[in-house]
Amino acid sequence: MSGYAGLLAALLLAPLLPGVINRTKSFFAGRRGPPLLQAYFDLAKLLRKGAVYSTTTTWLFRAGPVVGLAAMLVASALAPFGGVSAPLAFAGDFLFFAGLLGVTRFMTMLAALDTGSSFEGMGASREAQFAALAEPAFLLGLTAVAWKTGGLSLSGMLGTNSFATWSGAAAPLALVCVSLLVVFLAENARIPVDDPNTHLELTMIHEVMVLDHGGPDLALIQYAAALKLWVLGSLVVGIALPVRSLAHGWAFAASVAGMLGLCVVVGVVESCLARLRLTRVPQLLLGAGVLSLLALFIGLK
Amino acid sequence: MTLLLAALGLLVAGGAASLLCRRSHRAANLIGAGSAAAACALGLVPAVTGLVGGGARLESAWSVPGGSLALAIDPLSAFFLVPLFGLCGLAAVYGAGYLSRAPGGRSPGPPWFYFSWLVAGMVVVVTARNAVLFLVAWEVMSLASYFLVTRDDEREDVREAGWTYLVATHFGNACLIALFALLGPRSLDFADFGPASHAGLLFVLALIGFGTKAGFMPLHVWLPEAHPAAPSHVSAVMSGVMIKMGIYGLLRTLTWLGPPPLWWGGLLIGAGAASGVVAVMFALAQRDLKRVLAYSSVENTSIIALGLGVGLVGLHDGTPGVAILGIAGALLHVWTHALGKGLLFLGAGAVLHATGTRDLDRLGGLSRAMPLTSATFLVGAAAIAGLPPLSGFFSEFLILYGAVQHAGLHSLAAMVGLALMSGLAAAAFVRAFGGVFLGVARDDGVRGAHDPGAAMRAPMAILAPALLVLGLATPVLLPALTPVVEQVGGLPARRVLEAATAPLAVVVLGSVILIALVALIAGLRRLLLAGRTVGAAVTWDCGYAHPAPRMQYTASSFAQPLTDLFGPVLRARRTGDAPRGLFPEAAAFATRTPDVVREAAWRPLFDLVSGALHAMHRLQHGRLHLYVISIALTLVVLLLWRLS
Repeated sequence: MSGYAGLLAALLLAPLLPGVINRTKSFFAGRRGPPLLQAYFDLAKLLRKGAVYSTTTTWLFRAGPVVGLAAMLVASALAPFGGVSAPLAFAGDFLFFAGLLGVTRFMTMLAALDTGSSFEGMGASREAQFAALAEPAFLLGLTAVAWKTGGLSLSGMLGTNSFATWSGAAAPLALVCVSLLVVFLAENARIPVDDPNTHLELTMIHEVMVLDHGGPDLALIQYAAALKLWVLGSLVVGIALPVRSLAHGWAFAASVAGMLGLCVVVGVVESCLARLRLTRVPQLLLGAGVLSLLALFIGLK
Repeated sequence: MTLLLAALGLLVAGGAASLLCRRSHRAANLIGAGSAAAACALGLVPAVTGLVGGGARLESAWSVPGGSLALAIDPLSAFFLVPLFGLCGLAAVYGAGYLSRAPGGRSPGPPWFYFSWLVAGMVVVVTARNAVLFLVAWEVMSLASYFLVTRDDEREDVREAGWTYLVATHFGNACLIALFALLGPRSLDFADFGPASHAGLLFVLALIGFGTKAGFMPLHVWLPEAHPAAPSHVSAVMSGVMIKMGIYGLLRTLTWLGPPPLWWGGLLIGAGAASGVVAVMFALAQRDLKRVLAYSSVENTSIIALGLGVGLVGLHDGTPGVAILGIAGALLHVWTHALGKGLLFLGAGAVLHATGTRDLDRLGGLSRAMPLTSATFLVGAAAIAGLPPLSGFFSEFLILYGAVQHAGLHSLAAMVGLALMSGLAAAAFVRAFGGVFLGVARDDGVRGAHDPGAAMRAPMAILAPALLVLGLATPVLLPALTPVVEQVGGLPARRVLEAATAPLAVVVLGSVILIALVALIAGLRRLLLAGRTVGAAVTWDCGYAHPAPRMQYTASSFAQPLTDLFGPVLRARRTGDAPRGLFPEAAAFATRTPDVVREAAWRPLFDLVSGALHAMHRLQHGRLHLYVISIALTLVVLLLWRLS
């Protein structure tokens, strides 16, 4: 089983994840909830629609979703899945991965500011703040894994993750897992950082930045968001699950199950926690950074 | 060498000729810009051949004590000469357009004269092989840029900026004079400098002296004052090239001092990380576009220092891979910043030209009116923010890639610093670009802007793609930089650099895929929307039927969460009247973020010094006969001292 299977799984299964999260939340709320495949239906519907653009906007507004999705697609090719190397794996690829996340964010924020809307400006401002704090936690966390496993590429770090790795370095790996989980929640605009269900409250970050997008543009954004959920999730799952101890087919199945499990965790978190006050979010993200640092100190030669 | 001398001659002659054209502003402008651009084109030839191995040397006696007229192009010099000539040439072309409509009918002759001397001074700085010659050229460079900074000297803030610059630059020069005096008690020729006995002291002197020019915090005080005050093409040259002379000096000094102890690298990493993070916080808090860019320059030279620090730590630890990657990343960032920040200052100049303001909270919506400036500024901003596939990403990649392989406390500090800087720099540039070009204008005064003329457009149109090419060409460029890295690091670098190109080649592949995917998805989107209704409406804005420009998020509001978070560092001042009563009539709110280092450290020091020097005023009384007496007395005392 080659790395392309993982890429293919990302491309096909990514829109499934929001469905799993929503079903979990519905279960907790005692509702039936939307179908598991709702995100696919939404994408299909949006792709068939026309579009309305604000007269304030320029080409940047139209370029935002396009570049954002392209960057996430390349990032998907960098993230290993199921214990095998990613199609694009090289030493230092996690730095490129972080750069691609940066490109998506940069373009999303610019497209939001292009509308001249105060709400979208507010969202972009918060996104800039939280991303600036999440980035160190993310890079340091992965560096800790790199130092522990001796791999300089994501595939080298996660693809060799076995029971032996975990028993040798349980403490730093667990710390990084928690840290990356926080980054995962923040970057994907989930509770406790952002509430994906609100558009019009003053709580919103990601949803408000895409408020003026519609039709195929919104489809690109939603697909890119699902991919982001998948690739960041696959890193968390890749560290948490020592799948290298399993045979290839089983490792793949375990990873898919892990992704779905992660979505259930997210659903449980969203059902049990309230969104943090915005002034508390930096503390949460700095806390994640400190956990990553701690993991690095433990791993220091 | 002949071409280099010809370029120098052309610069000096062209500057003088432009100064002489007092009658015709047009002629002065054309001669000044033309000669500077031609000289840079001439100089680019020996610079490029020097980089690929064709060094050159010139030596002749000089009547100055301790001096000899020794000039040479080696790989390190050539590495700095390429962006120097490249950016100065483009800035000269831009300046021809920028100064052609100089306000107030002032002749463009003097600015061109000083511009030529500035370029000539920098060329001699990087090619000089004698300390006296180096210091003279250094002073020429500093003074020429001082006169350029104080061009609008009728303005109070410009005079203040000029004064700060003059004091700061001479503070640095004093350290450099001490450095060279200690380096060369026997001979002041660079060739005779060798591993020194008190290398630690020399290193600190070099770090302070050259760091003042490079703008490391807290020595950066002059930079955010001087960059906005100068004409924009001069800001581009000062930020893109002149502050790199500090980096050049530091690198050159390192080649004399012998193997570095660990604390040198630690000091560079610590200073670079702290100075860079604080600088980018200040960049986030500025309202003046050119001050944002100036603080970002402090951040970028800090990244260079940090990369160099990683290199030195690697040298000390005997891990050549880390050493070479750190140094190579620092060097690549020199070029990245020269092109990127040069481009951004030229863009800021075009905005200033078109609207008459640099205030981010008044501008807005210019991307429609100034498509070329907007697009090129975006490229520059993304490159300086370190986003792939532009060259800023590649230089930061090399430094981080080196640090990751080191696995020690020093590299940890470097990574924390760089990771924080890159996130905050992205925020700062989204803010700057958004404030100027996106949304709609917040102030009626800035409507009706348009892209500048061809002379100003062309340099921006060249620099923007150059940033992409420099990024994508890194795997090819890096092995070609081997001699430079070897000269700085003092160890063979070829194999490490060739090994480093393997991951970089994949990054380039990924970048090409990214660009191809962008084209593909854009085509798909176009295909989907073809034949469907594509409407236009006002920005939705949650139900407001008539969104007004003043409802927009301003650049200040954009940065507010971050500037609040860093409040203890930034110490912003808030003034204003809160709305009072049931029917409030007036309310006002303003924030200002003065440079905390300048306020807390330098201003008290300046006050102290000027207070102490006030006592000397008693000697300046204007009575000629007393002056003559004091001179005569001094001579007598000296004579007696000599006789005894």
